Amino acid sequence: MPEGTFAAVVGPSGCGKSTLTRLVAGLMTPDEGEVWLHGARVKGPRNTVGMAFQNPVLLEWRTILDNVILPLEIVAPRMPRADREKRAMELLEMVGLVGFENKRPSELSGGMRQRASLCRSLVHKPEVLIMDEPFGALDAFTREDLWQTMRDLRDAEPFTAVLITHDLRESVFLGDQVIVLSGRPARTQFVMDVDLPKDRTLDVLFTPKAADMLHILRDQIKIAQGREVEAH
Amino acid sequence: MLSKIATPVIAIIIFLGLWELLVWANGWPNFKMASPSDLPPAFWKYKELFLTMGWQTLWRTVVGLIIAVIFGTAIGMIIGFSRIARDALYPLLIGFNAIPKATLVPVISLLFIGQHDFNTILMAFMISFFPIAVSVGIGLSTLEPEYRDILRALGASRYTIFMKIALPKTLPEFFGALKVSATLAFIGTNLVEIVSPHGRGLGALFKSGETNGDYPLMFAVLIALAFLGIVLYYAVIFLERIFAGWADREAS
Ligand SMILES: Nc1ncnc2c1ncn2[C@@H]1O[C@H](COP(=O)(O)OP(=O)(O)O)[C@@H](O)[C@H]1O
Ligand SMILES: [Mg+2]
Repeated sequence: MPEGTFAAVVGPSGCGKSTLTRLVAGLMTPDEGEVWLHGARVKGPRNTVGMAFQNPVLLEWRTILDNVILPLEIVAPRMPRADREKRAMELLEMVGLVGFENKRPSELSGGMRQRASLCRSLVHKPEVLIMDEPFGALDAFTREDLWQTMRDLRDAEPFTAVLITHDLRESVFLGDQVIVLSGRPARTQFVMDVDLPKDRTLDVLFTPKAADMLHILRDQIKIAQGREVEAH
Repeated sequence: MLSKIATPVIAIIIFLGLWELLVWANGWPNFKMASPSDLPPAFWKYKELFLTMGWQTLWRTVVGLIIAVIFGTAIGMIIGFSRIARDALYPLLIGFNAIPKATLVPVISLLFIGQHDFNTILMAFMISFFPIAVSVGIGLSTLEPEYRDILRALGASRYTIFMKIALPKTLPEFFGALKVSATLAFIGTNLVEIVSPHGRGLGALFKSGETNGDYPLMFAVLIALAFLGIVLYYAVIFLERIFAGWADREAS
């Protein structure tokens, strides 16, 4: 995957998408084969990675601001507190959470928590952002809001992204590339370059071009699932 | 705020009133059941004894409890982090916990003859560490992997992950267990003081009341024990507010 691109990965449930994110993050080592990232072999965790999950996993005993700061405490232990706060506030502002920095996670809605979680995964300016169905638990409208937030974040700071999703519209809206995985054990079954304008808005999803892409992806998913059924 | 104090006070007054009424209505003499009005004279008569022996009971309970916290947390960490340790230690722990501790009083009295403070603290500790060990163990072993992964993915050490995530996350369970353990430690102390009397603690005072047929004294001791139990319990709640107050979700 070229540096700086946004890859959306879709595939049947249980095919190994979460496993893939853990391999890329270095949380797991492959039994066979190697993982290469930005010209270096992945042997273990590296602090140039950011992670976000379906569950926002915010720490309830910390304020939103302190939750966002958390990675900096590991990656940049000597960074002054004021600089950390400044950096965290910069991101909170981008996702529209100014005014909530001193609240506890339990005081926020699901969508706001996921925004805070995204800030946390980006606060240490990772080279790679790995997301495992980060919007999967949100309602449709909140999800679309967060797509736009995600796109704004990417415009503001460059990073390579791997997004696992089960929403084809999401993959087309956010991805530069959509990768369809086959059933378990997953293989790259199909790769589609998304040649939609860079500064896309949600309207783009209603164009015939997008509709064609969604159609193709839909068929590919069916094939991926079919393979799984045959294997049983 | 006022009603927060007034409500329990009124409840206690009603309780004492009903008790008095029960004794009066049945015409029970003192050697059958003392009534609340007999208690203040009993307290007054032995006020020095109550203070010194109450203090002996309290400090030994608290020391036993502190050891239980340290040991229980350590065991909890071991069974929380290691599957093998969990499989190996759980049956032992449960078996040990199932032994009625009264049966151990003669054993430890013989093992450590004359070491009264030590024996008492040991019993307070033995009876109270189990809930702490289990709650810390469960808290750590049920930590969702994502919580660990957000720091592990950045290359954080196990120690950092424990201090920043696992430990604070188990605090609410820990304090829940500590409330149970505080009461248990108290029972352990009194068990030794009563079963193996050595002239120290409220349990010994109770025993002497029994020997002398001083029933108001015995009841006064029970009330004093109840009072100390309440003090200890609220001390734990106070600590919980400080360290795990975030878990308290106020209905807003
Ligand atoms: N290539 C593989 N080799 C071994 N086990 C795999 C592989 N792919 C998936 N699995 C196993 O399949 C299960 C589901 O994988 P997971 O990554 O959670 O799927 P997904 O996130 O796509 O639903 C896991 O238990 C995982 O260990
Ligand atoms: Mg998954």
